[in-house]
Amino acid sequence: MSAETWPGQARALVPVPRRGRWREASVLPGFPLAMGLTLAYLGAIVIVPLTALALRPWELGLGGVWSELTDPRVLASLKLSFGISALAALVNAPLGLLIGWTLTRYEFPGRRLLDAAVDLPFALPTAVAGIALTALYAPTGALGALAAKLGLKTAYSPLGIFIALLFIGLPFVVRQVQPILEDFDREVEEAASTLGASPRQRFLRVMLPAIGPALLSGVGLAFARAVGEYGSVIFIAGNLPMHSEIAPLMIVIKLEEYDYAGAAAIGLVMLVISFGTLAAINGLQLALARRGRA
Amino acid sequence: MTPRVHLPGFAPLLLLASVLVMSGLILMPLLVVGQEAFSKGLTTYLATFQDPDTQAAIRLTLVVAAIAVPLNAVFGVAAAWAIAKFEFRGKSALMALIDLPFSMSPVVSGLVWVLLFGAQGWLGPWLIDHDIKIIFATTGLVLATITVTLPFVARELIPLMQDQGSDEEAAAVTLGAGGFTIFRRVTLPNIRWALLAGVLLCNARAMGEFGAVSVVSGKIRGLTNTLPLHIEALYNDYDFVGAFAAASLLASLGLVTLVAKTALEWRYSGEPARNLRR
Repeated sequence: MSAETWPGQARALVPVPRRGRWREASVLPGFPLAMGLTLAYLGAIVIVPLTALALRPWELGLGGVWSELTDPRVLASLKLSFGISALAALVNAPLGLLIGWTLTRYEFPGRRLLDAAVDLPFALPTAVAGIALTALYAPTGALGALAAKLGLKTAYSPLGIFIALLFIGLPFVVRQVQPILEDFDREVEEAASTLGASPRQRFLRVMLPAIGPALLSGVGLAFARAVGEYGSVIFIAGNLPMHSEIAPLMIVIKLEEYDYAGAAAIGLVMLVISFGTLAAINGLQLALARRGRA
Repeated sequence: MTPRVHLPGFAPLLLLASVLVMSGLILMPLLVVGQEAFSKGLTTYLATFQDPDTQAAIRLTLVVAAIAVPLNAVFGVAAAWAIAKFEFRGKSALMALIDLPFSMSPVVSGLVWVLLFGAQGWLGPWLIDHDIKIIFATTGLVLATITVTLPFVARELIPLMQDQGSDEEAAAVTLGAGGFTIFRRVTLPNIRWALLAGVLLCNARAMGEFGAVSVVSGKIRGLTNTLPLHIEALYNDYDFVGAFAAASLLASLGLVTLVAKTALEWRYSGEPARNLRR
């Protein structure tokens, strides 16, 4: 609709704001103020600082950025962060599905409490989670001692990082699959059952395609969160160079050495890779959803 | 009511597995906080809070949250008003921009401010010449906290206000109400519980933030250490009781926020929130 299709606009009972090219007319006031405030705030808090992040590494030149990122210690931290984050997100898929399933399909005493507890990793400050997980999984801790008997070193090792990232990512998967499991039409399952499908077939051929997109998005969110996670990881990680140093810690170390460009280079790479992953998962999810509908 | 138990054979096994996973990953860590904090008795627990550095850290945390949360609340309301009540091009891009801090590492959220205002930042030399301190000072802590918690209020309000539409506000306009009156008398009563939930979530994250503030704080005890940073300092001193005592305060804040959020969101929508998620 162009402005000319509304000839009566100027004589309307209520003064209608003149519509610009990019905005539809509305009788409500306050758009310029609200939009102006929003853009100014976002500009100051998000856009200007991110511009600094995007530009700062290049003062080293392309070769400098490359050698910064391929420095063995930096490269090891990037590999560790992305590798363990991916592993934890993937392991969280069955765990999240299991807990989502239990919470939606069974009635048992304490179910609502367990349901509320799923959100705890969101609510607990990361430093608190970090020292608590460390105390629990250290050799002197209850579960750490148990693992030690099995010959596993949990805290102060990459396995400890994995545990912290499981903790951080689990709610993302549960909260993504839970509504789908809740809304899933029981009759479809029953139909599959009457057609002779075994429980395994019902799960693999009927349930899984329906929850696939939600599961994927939960895994993607858990991964993106895990890559950047700092507080809950650094206490349990042990932080040995080349062995258990995560990428966010490398940024902190570079900053302590006043190597701003190097820190910015690592930050930029992390941002770009997590964004790429999220975008790819979004695309995959759309494709899955389309196939699910067809 | 339809029976909930579907696979009688598997059900107890799956339930047991769920409880084990939840205990090992989530419930036991929470219990450990309490257990460690009180491991040397109540007196030692309370002694932590008599320490001047702990008190300074609590005060600083309150100050930072008291500045960051209201600013993000005003932003959240303004952004939700623009996005939910008007149609314009580029809306999804704007929403993605608002969500952006959720997908940034907290460390990066702090780093960007150091790149601007740090000693070797873009504005660093100018700030030094004019004797203005942002990094390693309260201002930097506030900026980093604002960045990390920016989306919370907006995220809580936008879906609700989109669902509510703008019919009531349009009716108020035809009755001659002005912009501020409409907001105060029509919109605000409709969104107050969601606004409160958003503010609580924003506040919990602001008070508990660790990664972003650790980059800009400089960690000077009694001066630039917020409570989460003070926990780290105590922990690195092997003062485990102190660290867990301070942690128990933040854990309680998290628990209270979780309960309040669940109750509030029940009140205004009935559906579980998507927001605590980051």
